[in-house]
Amino acid sequence: MPEGRSALVEHFRDLEQQREASSLGMWIFLVTEIMFFGGLFLAYTVGRSGYPAAFGEASRHLDVALGGINTGVLIVSSLTMALAVWASQTGKRKMLLGYLGLTLLLGLTFLTLKGVEYADKFHHHLVPGSAFSFPGAAARPAELFFSLYFAMTGLHALHMVIGVGVLAFLFRQARRGRYTAQYYTPVEMSGLYWHFVDIIWIFLFPLLYLIDRHR
Amino acid sequence: MSAATSPRVLGHENYLNVSYGVKSWLLTTDHKRIGLLYLASITLYFFLGGAFAVLIRLHLLTPEGALVQAETYNKFFTMHGIIMVFFFLIPSIPAVLGNFLIPLMIGARDLAFPRLNLASWYIFNLGALFTLYAVASGGVDTGWTFYTPYSSLYSNSHVVAAALGIFIAGFSSILTGLNFIVTIHTMRAPGMTWFRLPIFVWAHYATSIIFVLGTPVLAITLGLVALERVFHIGIFNPALGGDPLLFQHLFWFYSHPAVYIMVLPAMGVTTELIATFSRKSLFGYHFVAAASLGIAVIGFLVWGHHMFVAGQSIYAAMVFSILSYLVAIPSAVKVFNWTATLYKGSVSYQTPMLYGMGFIGLFVIGGLTGLFLAALGVDVHVHDTYFVVAHFHYIMVGGAVMGYLGGLHYWWPKISGRLYPEGWAKLAALILFVGFNLTFFPQFILGYLGMPRRYHAYPAEFQVLNVMSSAGASILGVGYLLPMVYLIWSMRYGPIAGPNPWPATGLEWQTPSPPPPENFARTPVVTWEAYDFASRKDLRLAGAGLERLPAEPQD
Repeated sequence: MPEGRSALVEHFRDLEQQREASSLGMWIFLVTEIMFFGGLFLAYTVGRSGYPAAFGEASRHLDVALGGINTGVLIVSSLTMALAVWASQTGKRKMLLGYLGLTLLLGLTFLTLKGVEYADKFHHHLVPGSAFSFPGAAARPAELFFSLYFAMTGLHALHMVIGVGVLAFLFRQARRGRYTAQYYTPVEMSGLYWHFVDIIWIFLFPLLYLIDRHR
Repeated sequence: MSAATSPRVLGHENYLNVSYGVKSWLLTTDHKRIGLLYLASITLYFFLGGAFAVLIRLHLLTPEGALVQAETYNKFFTMHGIIMVFFFLIPSIPAVLGNFLIPLMIGARDLAFPRLNLASWYIFNLGALFTLYAVASGGVDTGWTFYTPYSSLYSNSHVVAAALGIFIAGFSSILTGLNFIVTIHTMRAPGMTWFRLPIFVWAHYATSIIFVLGTPVLAITLGLVALERVFHIGIFNPALGGDPLLFQHLFWFYSHPAVYIMVLPAMGVTTELIATFSRKSLFGYHFVAAASLGIAVIGFLVWGHHMFVAGQSIYAAMVFSILSYLVAIPSAVKVFNWTATLYKGSVSYQTPMLYGMGFIGLFVIGGLTGLFLAALGVDVHVHDTYFVVAHFHYIMVGGAVMGYLGGLHYWWPKISGRLYPEGWAKLAALILFVGFNLTFFPQFILGYLGMPRRYHAYPAEFQVLNVMSSAGASILGVGYLLPMVYLIWSMRYGPIAGPNPWPATGLEWQTPSPPPPENFARTPVVTWEAYDFASRKDLRLAGAGLERLPAEPQD
């Protein structure tokens, strides 16, 4: 996507056409991502409609404080990403670097906290498999819940890891001055991706952590 | 075919002679070269998948099974299915012909994302490597459908490697589809409006929608099967309250539309062939274009017809049955419009046209037997029998592969700059048609009489039909080997084709054969409608030597 010396790639007529293509391509990519996660959301729907009580009970074993903090972290990171895109569009290179760096740190914070949560589940034998143990009669559907929990948050975390990698790449390119007020498409496209990953979490958090907190 | 008409070297600079060496191919971002890279890959996988078909047909020569144990037989049909579906049929027309032709047809220099295009080829082959590893290390025995819980809990074969291979190859499909959609939206030449696009491009647009919306679902589904085997998560595991039927829903949500991934591009090719060799404007252009999209959209709503006997609710089954019947409407629109195009056209039966006509006939048989299967009562009788096998081979082999070969012959002069030997090519088309019908028509009867699919043995009264089918397969095999030989031969020794040998109306014929690396010396400006033979006086000149005149604009 990002081009070194001259921003216009030769098979495009002009920068406008190139920007249009990148933007449409990114949106279509996000559609494929929705379908990708969609399979998991469907599996969750089927599981939860089959075992609403057991899913609620299992959900109470998640750490809502850590999950809540992580939600906050991601929402703030979306703000800093949006500001990074704005900084690149207006050609403010120092601010661009600052916001990109901040977003990257927030992403790493999220992943660290997620790692803490995973470790905690591991200690409490809530990871599906032969070592899984869950108090009460609903052990089997609870294992299904945790299967979904790990599949969904794991896939989300994988997207976060990729996002952090992309941010690191953008940071390096921005330091070399590759992005200008005329050419900022990579920052904008990465921003779309980052917001998308955030939105996935915004759905995951209530579906996994909050379904049984009203009682 | 004298030496004077076929010099060894083509004069002008083109995408084939602009640079030489392995590196110039493996690092190319030229969509035309990438198309040929795909051609090489999928030809290899086609013959590998074909080898398994040969083993299957050999085994079924005798009622008790002539060749191998039941377990090995299971692996044969699984590997045949996986390789043919995911590594040949799905990429066949889009990744080879689509890649090569879409930028040429819309007057662009390249696809929108050339490097992504090259990356798709590498991703595809990486996926294929995983699957080949599964083959080499002992195979997979789940059937290409990977039904749970057998695939996730019980099978002792290399399910994870095969599933990962398909998972990875899926991303190549997604990226190809994404690239096509963006290219068709943003890269069209001046004057190339949506309704001047060749139907081939419309068909690929519809196919790309399925690539983009369907493939991710298959990816996550097979990903979950792999996770279930490796990490014991249990989304499809009934012991944990998981739902094995959920797998079937998710799998067919992709894999039914995948049939349209195979057949829609073949319909696009057929449309080009029918119009070109009837020398006539396509009848009902807008309807044919819309029918492509209609098939893609309705195709997403019919997956449940694979599960009529899997215990889904009768009401769901009725809805899926009705929706499946609806697919027949846009399909029939295409068939009727092709027929109407032929009517009063100046039809010439050159090799690509033979494939085009073959496609229509075989697709009609495959499509109508599909309606048998979409009918709830009939399906209970023929479900999981050879009737189903025959039906989908009529669509996938009779339809998609005929379309692929027809397209390959039709655009071969553009790809290679040279004509293939017409006599051999006609012979091959004939052999394929005969061999195909001899292989698969008896399977309709077998299925109707009750022979189940995927069995390694069968009652003695089915032997005659099975032997007929195996005999047909050997003829079919010869038919597939022939084009490989003469097409390669023609790359060096065939007569020079010239830019527009048929002649045809598309933009791809307005540039030299083979095209220069940048496709067009200057960006073309389109002022004519698609398939407008009547008012394209320039084609007479381009077709000099073929002595076929365009049809008079009488109707």
